[in-house]
Amino acid sequence: MDLMIESFPRLLDATILTIELTLLSLFFGVFVGVFFAVLRTSNIKILCCISYYYSYIFRGTPLLVQIFIIYFGFGQVEWLRESFLWIIFKEPYSCAIIAFTLNTGAYTSEILRSAFETIQKGVLEAAYGLGLNKIHVFFKIKLPIVVKQSLPAYGNEMILMLKGTSLASTVTLLDLTGVAKHIISTTFRPVEVFIVAGSIYLLMTFIIHNFVKILEKKLDYSK
Amino acid sequence: MNKFKRLFLSIFASIILLSTSVLADKIKIGTEGAYPPWNAKDESGKLIGFEIELANFLCIYMKHECTIVEQDWDGMIPALVMRKFDAIMAGMSITDERMKTINFSQGYADEVASLAVMKGSSLEGMDTPKAINLSTGGSAVNNALETLTAALTGKTIGVQTATIHQNFLESGDVGKVNIRTYKTQDEVNLDLAAGRIDAALAAAVAFTDYAEKSGKDVVLVGPTFAGGAFGNGVGVGIRKGDNSSAQGKKDAKLLKDFNKAIDTARKQGKISELAIKWFGFDASM
Repeated sequence: MDLMIESFPRLLDATILTIELTLLSLFFGVFVGVFFAVLRTSNIKILCCISYYYSYIFRGTPLLVQIFIIYFGFGQVEWLRESFLWIIFKEPYSCAIIAFTLNTGAYTSEILRSAFETIQKGVLEAAYGLGLNKIHVFFKIKLPIVVKQSLPAYGNEMILMLKGTSLASTVTLLDLTGVAKHIISTTFRPVEVFIVAGSIYLLMTFIIHNFVKILEKKLDYSK
Repeated sequence: MNKFKRLFLSIFASIILLSTSVLADKIKIGTEGAYPPWNAKDESGKLIGFEIELANFLCIYMKHECTIVEQDWDGMIPALVMRKFDAIMAGMSITDERMKTINFSQGYADEVASLAVMKGSSLEGMDTPKAINLSTGGSAVNNALETLTAALTGKTIGVQTATIHQNFLESGDVGKVNIRTYKTQDEVNLDLAAGRIDAALAAAVAFTDYAEKSGKDVVLVGPTFAGGAFGNGVGVGIRKGDNSSAQGKKDAKLLKDFNKAIDTARKQGKISELAIKWFGFDASM
């Protein structure tokens, strides 16, 4: 119990990095996701293919493997180390953000794609019939439907990403899991420390869960 | 039907016989298998190294049947406490911090710690004695630590997590350095070679082994460290025993057995022999 209370402030400090990693990855991930979802719905076959294989690769391999390839793998490539890109790939922080962004981007693109597919043809025909142009239809008709349709699945993705950031500790970052492991390395008492760390994760997922729930209610046009 | 019954019974009986004979005096030794040349794995995944061979000899002297099991370094002591195995032989130095949680046998080998950098680093050519012992103290040690502090302040140094090397850097003896902790020594070596960290701190043999096998220009710099945070040699980690329970008595006896076996191994020159084979010099103690 003493150890739990003692480790709590340090773990709370580390939570800031966890939140940072989650929010930044989700933020960039949305852009990546929208980009690839739009590519996927395009009529040009090669663009559609690129999007398909991107999501296939990043959804088909473990996040841990992705982060290891980007951090330890790319670190072995001589020409990369000598190029200007090394500024980005040298730091574990940016490597983690890149890995998380690409991973969540793949899932987000799939969520958005399926949401795009739920739009009924009749709705679009009616919109065009009213004389709206393509841009108007995208922003006023398609996007609101897509946002509402994808919200439950995306809420799930946010929670998965939050938990996924625990892998940042494998590339030397001291996030919540990283600091928990660090405390255990000197106290040798994993149970107490992980219970506290787990509770903090649980609290954060609770917040995300309710945030999404409130949003869902707000966007429920049927009411 | 009778045939089946007999077959079934004989299998059942042999299982019981086998398991009891196996259970008698059988101990499990935990090791990391990722800290060459102390303990490592060959291409086929078989455990090899100084401690693997030493463990086999110690078990023969103790007349115990042993199995050596793998365990990630950062969970080594918790796994011992949770009885996943009965002893640790994983290049683990005997330190006061660890003694709060577990017991150690007498030391069987010295781990000489050293800093390493890539060739051409600005840290090469530090003016320090060849070796310092933090326990003895004195002006020579203080001067060396001052030189190190001046050279290392603000630098990024990689260490394996939960090691004496991490403890030393965190003690502040060499000033404020950025510490990066890694799960395995392999990862420390990779990032040192990649230039992500300015220097790394570990057993000197871990670096020379890596340099030899990878062909990378890893060089040792500064003094070798001993004493203080670096502990008093490498020993066998064993649960704290007491007389209040059967398991406690077993653990206390195991500690005695290990100490006796190490004595025997030392007297017969086995430890020296294995040390020279794996380290290239006599690290026995």
